[in-house]
Amino acid sequence: MSLLKEPDLGTPARPGPATVSIEVDGLPVTVPEGTSVMRAAALCGIDVPKLCATDSLEAFGSCRLCLVEIDGRRGTPASCTTPVTDGMRVRTQTPKLEKLRQGVMELYISDHPLDCLTCSANGDCELQDMSGAVGLRQVRYGYDGANHRDEKTDTSNPYFDFEASKCISCSRCVRACGEVQGTFALTIEGRGFESKVSAGGTDFMSSECVSCGACVQACPTATLQEKSVIQLGMPSRSVITTCAYCGVGCSFKAELRGAELVRMVPYKDGGANEGHSCVKGRFAFGYATHPDRVLTPMVRARITDEWQPVDWDTAIAFTAAKLRDIQTRHGVAAIGGITSSRTTNEEVYVVQKMIRAAFGNNNVDTCARVCHSPTGYGLKQTFGTSAGTQDFRSVAESDVIMVIGANPTDGHPVFASRMKRRLREGAQLIVIDPRRIDLVRSPHIEARHHLQLAPGTNVAIVNALAHVVLTEGLVDRTFVDERCEDFDDWAEFIACAENSPEAVEELTGVPAEEVRAAARLFATGGNGAIYYGLGVTEHSQGSTMVMGMANLAMATGNIGREGVGVNPLRGQNNVQGSCDMGSFPHELPGYRHVSDDVVRGVFENMWGSTLQAEPGLRIPNMFDAAIDGSFRALYVQGEDIAQSDPNIKHVHAALAALELVVVQDLFLNETAKFAHVFLPGTSFLEKDGTFTNAERRINRVRPVMAPKTGKHEWQIVAEIAQAMGYPMHYDSSSQIMDEIAALTPTFAGVSFEKLDKLGSVQWPCNDNAPEGTPIMHRDGFVRGRGRFVQTPFVPTRERSTRKYPLILTTGRILSQYNVGAQTRRTANVAWHPEDVLEIHPHDAEVRGIRDGDEVMLTSRVGATSLRAVLADRMPVGVVYTTFHHPVTGANVVTTENSDWATNCPEYKVTAVQVGLTSPAMAG
Amino acid sequence: MSPQVRMINDIAVQFRHQGLDTAAAAIAEHVRAFWDPRMRAELLRRVDAEPESLDPLALAAALLLTSP
Ligand code: SF4
Ligand code: SF4
Ligand code: SF4
Ligand code: FES
Repeated sequence: MSLLKEPDLGTPARPGPATVSIEVDGLPVTVPEGTSVMRAAALCGIDVPKLCATDSLEAFGSCRLCLVEIDGRRGTPASCTTPVTDGMRVRTQTPKLEKLRQGVMELYISDHPLDCLTCSANGDCELQDMSGAVGLRQVRYGYDGANHRDEKTDTSNPYFDFEASKCISCSRCVRACGEVQGTFALTIEGRGFESKVSAGGTDFMSSECVSCGACVQACPTATLQEKSVIQLGMPSRSVITTCAYCGVGCSFKAELRGAELVRMVPYKDGGANEGHSCVKGRFAFGYATHPDRVLTPMVRARITDEWQPVDWDTAIAFTAAKLRDIQTRHGVAAIGGITSSRTTNEEVYVVQKMIRAAFGNNNVDTCARVCHSPTGYGLKQTFGTSAGTQDFRSVAESDVIMVIGANPTDGHPVFASRMKRRLREGAQLIVIDPRRIDLVRSPHIEARHHLQLAPGTNVAIVNALAHVVLTEGLVDRTFVDERCEDFDDWAEFIACAENSPEAVEELTGVPAEEVRAAARLFATGGNGAIYYGLGVTEHSQGSTMVMGMANLAMATGNIGREGVGVNPLRGQNNVQGSCDMGSFPHELPGYRHVSDDVVRGVFENMWGSTLQAEPGLRIPNMFDAAIDGSFRALYVQGEDIAQSDPNIKHVHAALAALELVVVQDLFLNETAKFAHVFLPGTSFLEKDGTFTNAERRINRVRPVMAPKTGKHEWQIVAEIAQAMGYPMHYDSSSQIMDEIAALTPTFAGVSFEKLDKLGSVQWPCNDNAPEGTPIMHRDGFVRGRGRFVQTPFVPTRERSTRKYPLILTTGRILSQYNVGAQTRRTANVAWHPEDVLEIHPHDAEVRGIRDGDEVMLTSRVGATSLRAVLADRMPVGVVYTTFHHPVTGANVVTTENSDWATNCPEYKVTAVQVGLTSPAMAG
Repeated sequence: MSPQVRMINDIAVQFRHQGLDTAAAAIAEHVRAFWDPRMRAELLRRVDAEPESLDPLALAAALLLTSP
């Protein structure tokens, strides 16, 4: 596709029906109230010249280029800041306007380095375009007066430059940083001729900037420009695709020059991101061409041998023969596999199909086991389906936002920007988290309540909130009576004094009055929405907590419309999809239990294979079974279990005990150290398929380039299945989606054709909802009535003791992703070169630890060393780290405790001790 | 403690607020729905070999698993 230039209508759209009719240069147009004259003109195909306006930002009215004449009105108002009124007649081109505009342009140009021919924005510069549009022919003022042409360029950011000499002080960058991103890192310093853009008096790299690129995208000149464009030149074609990092699922235009990817530009029509992005999606794509990538299949007999590169046929035959051999010797159930939430729906689907139909068992699990499996269980029990209830856009209608165990500004940054916008507009915020995450207090945002609970006490808090709602008469009785069941039993349970805020205060560390106030606000403040993350799920009572939140939402009537709901913020790009595609050992695609004879029959018919009616092994069970010898071979698609799973020593022992480990991945990761077969995978730039984001949105992933390995991942899987004697063949991934649609009622209406036409759809997408379902449970719950489930608080087995007095909790950081396999291979390391241990200054002081000291982190199961950073956002008694770097291997210390219902590991609560690595050097 | 015993004991605590019979049935149903057959078999072996390692409620549930 040639370079897609998205139209810029100058000012944002206004919601509501089109009711105001005006005439622009004689052409009629009808637009919603509040629309600007500039946008109305653009809608009838007339581009009014502009420099300071762009439709991602509210109009500002500073450049005076967009002047128009309006019948009956004096002067020449700016069309960007003038709203339409019924019957208005506008003229955009008159000799007077032309003269005025030329005058404005002359002033700009006289202070601009006229090196257009060698400028990095040549061909993509609005200043250049506008000079043409206004018919500028001369600059009477000459170029010798005072000017900014010697201003220094700031090259500190790894991804973009700020060439100050080219700045026209239009403020678009400043407004983008505030309005779109919500970071407010930029200001205009000085006044008049002296005014200039400043990143808070420092350079970009040392400012508050989070490198989202919104300013770069908004800049009409070459001032803010991607380094890749400066180096490689302007792109000439684009492909629309989806970010492969987090569960927000941002859409991008991948812009290329020939076969080379030049930049990623967030796509305005992207349903999840509407033109915004974060530093990862926009800039951190270099890993796809990193020299560490393995492009040839490799095999070896023992993991102590050197890898032998082989051709695809050999690798596939070797894998299939080994798998069958192990089954002959140890039984059909002795092998299994893990699907990846980093791969497409189609790739996940074929792997679980290979396991169920070709391996002949249900030993398939996915990395969602270790992140959101409690979401699946908890929401299914209460609502009837395991998916977030809203679309992201819905947050714009929320009045009270409750964020529990999530750090959206780091983990889900583009959604966080939406949420922050709503908070700036006046929505109230309740944060429930042991740490003072950035959302608690950031520019123009302050949480009304921060319930800074002790790790592991989520359920006690959610029960206390519900207790207040119930005992203070704040339940939405109409909603409950009409739409829910089992309320009375639940009410009796939750009303017990042991669930009162006063009773749990000592346990949770949160003052009872604070809990009461938060509960009242949530129940009475208007639309209440809950957003949560792994700080909820990764606990030994993760599933209980998910049900507790669902109870709270139902009791307050906050389900089934815009601005409310219970919303898991999914980690990896395709966590939702990998679960939807039947990656759990007990469920076929579409969350249907393997024991259901009717459903199994449908799959057996379509797949031509007999399927097992019994659930298979989950990931932690596979490890246990590997150690006890009943499980012998594991196929791992795009996961790094040897780094990401808890209690690493145990995982390593299990992997080492296996006869065959097959790893399908981009890099030789930690798990590959235990592998006998390495099947090189494709990056998202080579994939053809779909990802499903946290709002159930199915987005197309289009190939930007051909697979560098010569094969699509689904092809490899199908060929292994074939070589094992099970016929499996597809001509394209679109054919795989057709099969998914035929077998899965919630996907019945999904096809590549529809996705290409509509951009994206949110499942369920079927005859009842041909264009998808943005908001779930509108008229009734998926299971009929919403079910209240009793959620007693059972403390975790993991306790702090004299030996391990601190609690370790984990999380992630904006610039790095998951185990860092991708982001560590990009310039993002500039922000987070290593994992560090955050510790409260008091805890540090009593241990003689100073900022930057190397410390030893020890738990009951292991120890590792890393650098300490003193942080008063930590509560006393709690330390925190990330798991982005294999050297640190935070999972060396995490335990085998897991969620009672799903075995999701308890990453968030580990009793630890911290001490200086070499006390002698402490000085 | 075997992983199976640890897991069923963890499940049992979550159902303790219900009456013994209801709770035992719910736990047994949970295990049937989510556990691989070899894990259930191992659990039953443990029930015979070391019944004292099981929470009484877990034990009651495990005994229900022997009937189909
Ligand atoms: S990159 Fe993003 S955060 Fe940084 S200054 Fe630009 S808009 Fe602000
Ligand atoms: S850097 Fe670009 S967007 Fe910002 S004020 Fe200068 S020209 Fe405008
Ligand atoms: S928010 Fe998530 S999906 Fe969007 S660009 Fe960033 S990492 Fe990618
Ligand atoms: S575009 Fe309207 S004043 Fe700048």
